[in-house]
Amino acid sequence: MRAGFVRDLAVALAGLGLLIALPVVFPQPALRDFLIYFFAYGLMAMSLNLLVGLTGLVSFGHAAYFASGAYAFGLLMQSGLVSIPVAALAAVGGTALIALVIGAICVRLKEIYFSFITLAFQMFIHSIIVTWVGLTGGDQGLRGGIPRPPVLGLDLNDARVLYGSCAVVFVVCILAMRQVSQSPFGYTLRMIRDNPARANFLGVDVTAMKLGIFVFAAAMASVGGLILALFVSGAYPEFAFWTTSGEAIFMIMLGGMKLFLGPLVGTLLLQTLNHFVTIYTEHHGLVLGTVILVIVLGLRRGLADFVYDAIQARRARRAAAPATAEPAAQTFEAAPLNGRTV
Amino acid sequence: MNLEALVDCLSSASCAVTQVSTGLIVGMLLFLVTSGLSLIFGVLGIINFTHGAFYMLGAYLAFTAYALTGSFLVAMVAGAAGVGLFGVLFERLVMSRVYGRDILMQLLVCYAMILILDDGVKILYGGEYRMMGMPDVFALPPVEIAGGFVPGYYLFMVGVAFAAGLVLWLGINRTRLGKIVRALAINPQMVGALGINTTLLYAGVFGLGSLLAGLAGALAAPIRTLTPGMGVSILIESFIVTVIGGMGSIAGAFLAALLIGFTRAFGAIGFPLFVDGLMFALMALVLVVKPSGLLGREAA
Repeated sequence: MRAGFVRDLAVALAGLGLLIALPVVFPQPALRDFLIYFFAYGLMAMSLNLLVGLTGLVSFGHAAYFASGAYAFGLLMQSGLVSIPVAALAAVGGTALIALVIGAICVRLKEIYFSFITLAFQMFIHSIIVTWVGLTGGDQGLRGGIPRPPVLGLDLNDARVLYGSCAVVFVVCILAMRQVSQSPFGYTLRMIRDNPARANFLGVDVTAMKLGIFVFAAAMASVGGLILALFVSGAYPEFAFWTTSGEAIFMIMLGGMKLFLGPLVGTLLLQTLNHFVTIYTEHHGLVLGTVILVIVLGLRRGLADFVYDAIQARRARRAAAPATAEPAAQTFEAAPLNGRTV
Repeated sequence: MNLEALVDCLSSASCAVTQVSTGLIVGMLLFLVTSGLSLIFGVLGIINFTHGAFYMLGAYLAFTAYALTGSFLVAMVAGAAGVGLFGVLFERLVMSRVYGRDILMQLLVCYAMILILDDGVKILYGGEYRMMGMPDVFALPPVEIAGGFVPGYYLFMVGVAFAAGLVLWLGINRTRLGKIVRALAINPQMVGALGINTTLLYAGVFGLGSLLAGLAGALAAPIRTLTPGMGVSILIESFIVTVIGGMGSIAGAFLAALLIGFTRAFGAIGFPLFVDGLMFALMALVLVVKPSGLLGREAA
């Protein structure tokens, strides 16, 4: 077993405890809903970062797998033939298969080609969803609700049980992604990102490795999709629209590259922004677009990276200056980042 | 799937002529958009993901200019020149700041710009579908060719697009300026060292590429419905054309655009539900057999 695993497990359990405790302390249903959306989009952003941050593959079509998880799960549950865990496994497996086919074509391509071909395939999946009205409901989305039969005696129609189950699935997936990123496979991917030619010389099958992480990331994104489908009791073509992929990329950028859980920070920030923007204006795109331009051109890096760099610079200055008494305020400031370092 | 209808159509001259003309205009529009995209990529090394939104902008500008003046010529010039100018501004103010930074930033800037343009159009024109209608100049009876009827406007459009492509090709391959632009694509430092203003050239090339998208949008305005977000589908199609034709090759873009145009026109009869799938299958095939595209030189 890997040395850091126990620590990761402890962090995961603490995180799970926190997530379970939050709605108990603040019992408003709105918070629970917000957090379930956070789980779903967080998984998409985290899994996309396995491609973007870890492997250097900038996919612009990741939402396709998010949507395929949601639709496959929804359709299987509506058929009434299988239980939730079986439908979930089948949805994840089916998505992995789709990703295997699409990935086999895409991962051979260089940087920017990869970006726009993944986008093209995503829009292909979107157009299938919109045109195959008989199966998917087309523009209207998958309607009629998704049944939630009890699982192991748990009644998922109870909002609290549903929330708890989603939290567990979320944390397990994050832990799995952490394991992959810290494994020898994960370090091989970092090498491919930094120097593919060298990796190739060392006998690494670069294409196979890229395909492997592409399929894994797609499977993880599909879990996000099925959480959302289970929660909203439906699936919509917007899940597969290119803007969803764009948002996922923005989440990663906001959260920054320096922390493993950075994309989750980005998800939280973007979701909060979206929440308030939709309250005050219907011109969501205009506001979001402007915010992105300001951050990319102004800060020139993600918000979380900005804070992280500021703290690092401050520490460096403090280390350079003659040691003084530790001011309590500064430890407090650094607190949100504790436990999140890579 | 309806192969019988396809065979019927191919064996009847009138249906074949109609579908060929449809394929031609789809292909020509795609060619204009793709050649702009390809030009910008070839010289600046970036993929302009906002290219589809520029196409939309061209269509709406033409729509407004036509409503104001009633002249389609003015509408066409307004669409093309307006978007060209917008492209120059976008390059100077936004895009030039992310050159040399990772693709993530370039993607995000484009993503932001598409959101802003789509929403801007929605605010100015409303979210519903708009129709420009056929300009009066082209309100002629359709031309009869071998028993098939082809609207006069189709011929005009194909002519304009073809002329634009030819001018672009001659400009790049036969003029001094074209030579400088080609040199810029290969070795910008050297071009700069020779005392040529590369910043200006970059902005100019970006503007020219945008202008082509705007022209395509203006030409499409009379025959397509205008809607915010209409740029996405043509952007995706022009990606496919780029891959099939080979990045950076104008002749390849032309060939691939026509191929996709005919695939769409005849596919709509043979396999109406599988047209998109057919395009992707074609692309996958090219990627497997010849990854650099039909006429592309460098390996993808």
